[in-house]
Amino acid sequence: MLTLALNILDIAQNSIRAKASEIFVGISESLSDDRLEITVRDNGSGISQGILDKVTDPFFTTRTTRKTGLGLPLLKYQAGIAGGDLVVESHEGMGTTVKASFTLSHVDRQPLGDIAGVMTILMTANPEIDFLYSHRTDSGEYFFSSKEAKEYLGIENFTESGLASDIREMFDQNLKEIGADGMKD
Amino acid sequence: MSQIKSLADLKKKREEIKTGLDVRIKAIDPEKHVQVKVAMATCGIAAGAKPIMEFFIEQLDRRNIPGIVTQTGCMGYCYAEPTVEIKLPGKDPVVFGYVDLKRADQIIEKYIKEGELIDGIIPVNYETIDSKE
Repeated sequence: MLTLALNILDIAQNSIRAKASEIFVGISESLSDDRLEITVRDNGSGISQGILDKVTDPFFTTRTTRKTGLGLPLLKYQAGIAGGDLVVESHEGMGTTVKASFTLSHVDRQPLGDIAGVMTILMTANPEIDFLYSHRTDSGEYFFSSKEAKEYLGIENFTESGLASDIREMFDQNLKEIGADGMKD
Repeated sequence: MSQIKSLADLKKKREEIKTGLDVRIKAIDPEKHVQVKVAMATCGIAAGAKPIMEFFIEQLDRRNIPGIVTQTGCMGYCYAEPTVEIKLPGKDPVVFGYVDLKRADQIIEKYIKEGELIDGIIPVNYETIDSKE
């Protein structure tokens, strides 16, 4: 897992498995505070208190296909080595919020990576879920809602020929404009 | 090509494309479409499932194969990631392991187009004793 975008793709799988109908991905970068924050919030089934204490334990998982659950522990590790932290809040039946923070300029902070590609994959592969994306930098914010986009374009999913690459391009253009990490010209 | 920055730009481009081409089949009919499922759990992502998934989305489209590319969780074959499950219409699903871009290309050309099996298949049986009654 070499980029933060891939970690986000992984954490979002937990939300998908928790049967969320809406998943919010928020990224905020601040040069003045030297901080990068990633939020993944869903309205899925949530995690009970007893299990919540164990989610960052790599040898704990609720699934039966294998005995490890590495998604959250890996992200926690990445945040930890880059001067940040991972916080998971959850209420059963209400949803879960995962927040990871990093020191933006830390040498060990992973690059953000291909977040446009990750969001495109999530949206094309999960047409029944509404994805919200917000990206803030010191020079502005980009916000995208897959529900709004579907309504505007009059479509039910993003599987139409060539649409995925167009959406990806739109993301990239907008992220470049606000000077998102790795997207600076 | 003009830049796509807003939903309005996106809509405009989609409309330009549609007037030039036949409108593709919109409704997804699993009976007639190839279903590609890329395993996208921690193990899959770490092993490079993302570029594989992007490859399938792009290439099925480019090679005019009616298909749906979606994702699944970990199937327990972490050692063989990235894994891809292909279900051809009317056939049982087949799981391919150790998929890189070269093998993904072979899967499309040999298995999806010709129905010919290639290396790297993970023997999977979805039938249980109960379902065999």
